Amino acid sequence: MTKFQKALKLFLVFFKIGAFTFGGGYAMIPLIQHEVTVKNKWITDDDILEIVAISESTPGPIAVNSATFVGYRVCGVWGSIAATLGVVLPSFLIMLCVFFLLDKFQEKKPVQYAFMGIRACVLALVLKALISMYKKCQKNWVSYTIIAFSVITSVVIARFVPINTFYIIIASAVFGLVTYSIARRRANK
Amino acid sequence: MILWQLFYTFFTIGAFTFGGGLAMLRIAQEQVLVHGWLEASQIVDFVALSESTPGPFAINMATYVGASQDGFLGALCATLGVVLPSFIVILIVAHFYKQFQNSHTVKGIMTGLKPTAIGLIASAVISMAITVFVPAGLSLSILKSTEFYVSLAIFAICAFLIFSKKIKIPPVLIICISAGLGIAAGYAFGL
Repeated sequence: MTKFQKALKLFLVFFKIGAFTFGGGYAMIPLIQHEVTVKNKWITDDDILEIVAISESTPGPIAVNSATFVGYRVCGVWGSIAATLGVVLPSFLIMLCVFFLLDKFQEKKPVQYAFMGIRACVLALVLKALISMYKKCQKNWVSYTIIAFSVITSVVIARFVPINTFYIIIASAVFGLVTYSIARRRANK
Repeated sequence: MILWQLFYTFFTIGAFTFGGGLAMLRIAQEQVLVHGWLEASQIVDFVALSESTPGPFAINMATYVGASQDGFLGALCATLGVVLPSFIVILIVAHFYKQFQNSHTVKGIMTGLKPTAIGLIASAVISMAITVFVPAGLSLSILKSTEFYVSLAIFAICAFLIFSKKIKIPPVLIICISAGLGIAAGYAFGL
């Protein structure tokens, strides 16, 4: 396969993944795994696990991170551009259509009623996502402190003093780094 | 000017969110409200749309907010903005990924970032709940509003369907059901 054909194949595979997975990045991981390791044999099983782990610890959407990474490993910068474009394009096009459709029908009564129901439903869906993330998180005092700190500062304190969420994230990163370093130093003694 | 603002805002959102799209929700709520791009209830609507269309949450969000401000070009700039930080960071990390994975600094930072993602999603859920149940603010008069009870009932039904271990219904279908319930209740009570 020439480089161009490889990039095209990457684009198509990630386009398919982007077009058919509901529920965001985490839902895409098994699909990416299957397409990349089993069907196309671009990357080994161990490597894909590493790629997923790194995608989770770098900023940005997990789907985009893993697409860029896989693309790069398969055929360099062009590969990463092809894979990223592939995973982004379906969402982009679909959302654009949805927006323009909605813009036209938003004022209609049934649409407003439907959204009254949907809003309540979405709350439950996000709650479920939140609970499953919490289950995966390490349970120790550092985690609890940071969770409590983030909720209190962004819900309670932010009502009275405007706090930019970026600062909450930076403070949590620093706190995590400091406690981690102290714990490591103690373990080494 | 608006195009640059969209690009810049979504670039910072992309650069600062760890742990997947939903963790972006809190920052997105804040930034989108500050700029006056959408109203709180529109943000909830958008989350619904994103959950019922395929693709990563972040991309859906950027496209939707961008389109609401400046049509196709707005959507393009916002999406480009949210993707670019990932793209750049991954290209760099792909080169040094062995060092990156074994780095204690990265591990330390992640022990802080994972829980904060959870905390921020929790606070996004709280402000969404306020928008859904008490859009006019907390007061006793809410107990007299039919809309409040309708929302509460639909929430309870959906939560039951979502959390039930016996019934397995895909989320998209549950969203459709909730839309149906909303329409039925809307006409039944003449809201």
